Amino acid sequence: MGLQLIPYNTNFDVVGKKNVIFGILVAIAVLCLGSIFIQGFNYGIDFKGGLLLEIRTHEPVADIAKLRSDMSSVVVGEVTLQEFGSPNDILIRVERQPGGDEEQLAALAKIKDKLGTSVDYRRVETVGPKVSADLIRNGVYAVLWALIAMLVYIWFRFEWQFGVCSFITLAHDSLIVLGLFSLFQLEFNETTIIAVLITVTYSINDTVVIYDRIRENLRKFKKLPLGELINLSINETLSRTILTSTTTLLSLLGLYFFGGPVIAAFSFPIIVGITAGTISSITVSAPLLLHTGLRAEKP
Amino acid sequence: MIHIPLWKTILVIGVCLLGIVFVSPNFFTEKQLENLPGWFPKNTLVLGLDLQGGAHLLLEVDFEAALQEQMNTLSDAIRTTLRKERIGYTGLSAKKDFVTLILRDPADIKKATDLITQTDHTLQIKSTPEGQLTFTLNEATIRERKKSALAQSIEIIRRRVDETGTAEPFIQQQGDDRILVQLPGLQDPTRIKNLLGQTAKLQFRFVDTSVAADPAKPTPGSDVLAEDHNGQVAYYAVKKQVIVNGENLVDAQPGFDEYNRPIVTFKFDSLGGKKFGEATKNNVGKIFAIILDDKVISAPRINTPILGGSGQISGSFTVQEAQDLALLMRAGALPAPLKVLEERTVGPGLGADSILAGERATVIAILLVMAFMFIAYSFFGAIANIAVIFNLILLFAALSVAQATLTLPGIAGIALTIGMAVDANVLINERIKEELRLGRKMLSAIDAGYNRAMTTIIDSNLTTLIGVGILYHFGTGPTRGFAVTTSIGILVSMFTAITLTKQIIAWWLRFRHPTRLPL
Repeated sequence: MGLQLIPYNTNFDVVGKKNVIFGILVAIAVLCLGSIFIQGFNYGIDFKGGLLLEIRTHEPVADIAKLRSDMSSVVVGEVTLQEFGSPNDILIRVERQPGGDEEQLAALAKIKDKLGTSVDYRRVETVGPKVSADLIRNGVYAVLWALIAMLVYIWFRFEWQFGVCSFITLAHDSLIVLGLFSLFQLEFNETTIIAVLITVTYSINDTVVIYDRIRENLRKFKKLPLGELINLSINETLSRTILTSTTTLLSLLGLYFFGGPVIAAFSFPIIVGITAGTISSITVSAPLLLHTGLRAEKP
Repeated sequence: MIHIPLWKTILVIGVCLLGIVFVSPNFFTEKQLENLPGWFPKNTLVLGLDLQGGAHLLLEVDFEAALQEQMNTLSDAIRTTLRKERIGYTGLSAKKDFVTLILRDPADIKKATDLITQTDHTLQIKSTPEGQLTFTLNEATIRERKKSALAQSIEIIRRRVDETGTAEPFIQQQGDDRILVQLPGLQDPTRIKNLLGQTAKLQFRFVDTSVAADPAKPTPGSDVLAEDHNGQVAYYAVKKQVIVNGENLVDAQPGFDEYNRPIVTFKFDSLGGKKFGEATKNNVGKIFAIILDDKVISAPRINTPILGGSGQISGSFTVQEAQDLALLMRAGALPAPLKVLEERTVGPGLGADSILAGERATVIAILLVMAFMFIAYSFFGAIANIAVIFNLILLFAALSVAQATLTLPGIAGIALTIGMAVDANVLINERIKEELRLGRKMLSAIDAGYNRAMTTIIDSNLTTLIGVGILYHFGTGPTRGFAVTTSIGILVSMFTAITLTKQIIAWWLRFRHPTRLPL
């Protein structure tokens, strides 16, 4: 016998508390938006251009300050150094050099000259202004197209009301992930776009399962008030929604704790996004339907 | 009893067995693979540059420079034509994408345009009554030339990279004007960058010793070009007329002269040899310049006519420089300069670490999910776990067969897929439980569970596939790797989580005759 991890006869009144829930979520969304507008993002090399070197030295680097001033002496702009996993591993980030694509490469040559051949270059990345502009544009397009594609799909499979509500929910989820990056000034790279898209696709998964049930119940209980019907559908699918999110979160936690610094940075926003997506699917996507006059159109 | 037609059972078993066969090459060493019979699949996983280490260069073809070059050529051609016909003009100049001049006598407009159209009928010519003529290339011609320049650039890049002996380079067009070059295993792309950074336009031209070689005051009919030997710069006034250029070259090899200094020997084709032979025969005692990308490499005096169609260049080269020069001469000139837009290299150490960390994280992630499924659904959880294992086998088999590239985000995609793949089983199992609670009998509950969960599973997987597809469309290398593994994983999970688990349950029902569901 498996354990009944989530009781099956739950009866949470999500619809009744929707104003409180919406209030909290709107507040979070405003906070995220505010941070994005005021602080902006800490763009990484993909979007800002510049240089990134991960080096391994044979002995732990004793004097990071000296290394930094060495680097600063040959390039223009800010140079940041960061220990990366161990005292022997240093991540060097250099701001984009003024000028075009050639100047970035010239700066890289100077830095390599300065560091000499005694260090092991584990990773070297140079991104010029043209590529970073393209990457930003593609990232924005990718997220927008994903949202629109989901809207159309749900519209096609259900009713337009479902499409609109899921679109609002997804926009909210994306905003939370983006807000996370802005609030904590996490490095915003191409992988961030992956995180937003995974959040969106995962959240739509949960939303679809609940909508599916609402559709089924709409046929089954013709007389039940819509609010109660939505509550019933949410509660009936609650154990599935939570169990699935748990399995996905478990595998992501595995990645986060054991995957090394690159994979950890990649999986963290996805963990937050999936959590936010699960919560919003339950508390936003379905109750929102009440405001769309769903039943009036389908007697 | 759940009825599954025989053909379906055979198909399920067949797919699983094929998966095992196609994934197995990954567990053999290369030596063992060689000894296997010919029919046995030998494709193993292709690792992305971020996992196996290597260099990635994104290059842009500078069409503007190429166009400017063509305008210069066009302006030279116009000059020659008009002079020959003794048509007076002033202010002939080549701009970014057009050539312009003013005729001294506006009455010559018709004659001049006719003459020039004869040399190139695709030219667009505009004229004003005052006698100004403007020559542009038409859109179709420009588009055609861009296309061929890109294709030719890729060919030349491939030749140059191949000549350096880099193993399995990957060279591909990206968009309209970009070329992606991936060099697995290469640690320091400096030499390749140097080689690709040169257009390598080779010319043999006479040096005009009658005028002063002053870079500030070039004389018409000649260019002042520099020869740089380790900082020592000499200038030559070089005549514009080209004796022979690199197109007539058939071979170039590095070598040593009698004083053991590095040189490059070269060989012309018959036309080039003839031209060069005649020019040297008529100009004994004069100096000619060997020019690469508007820099003088060497400017020897012609002591005797060079008639054999071959010669040697001795500058003060290092061995490496002589090798690279010979390589560039052999591979031919690029139609347009290349610019490096993006450079990413990953050392083999980091790649190996990433594989290790990725493997460990994935194994732990899978074990966590499997343990959870077993706790939540016991026997039915165990069935779902068998499906997870086959999901992995089939996913790796598909990646190996399709030779799709596995990247670091791709590894994360695998772990994520596993988390999402059991979603189908959660949906089915929850539905079965629900149907049981509603009072259905065991078999009909299982049937209803599978049937009713089906639409939900398809809806949710399709939305995921849409999202992943968009990611593939807009993403670059590593991101695409993620999209590929995730989409294959999801497609495979539709088979393993639904068809395979149903088959296992059918066997279980048939052979154990259970009276209640351990769920």
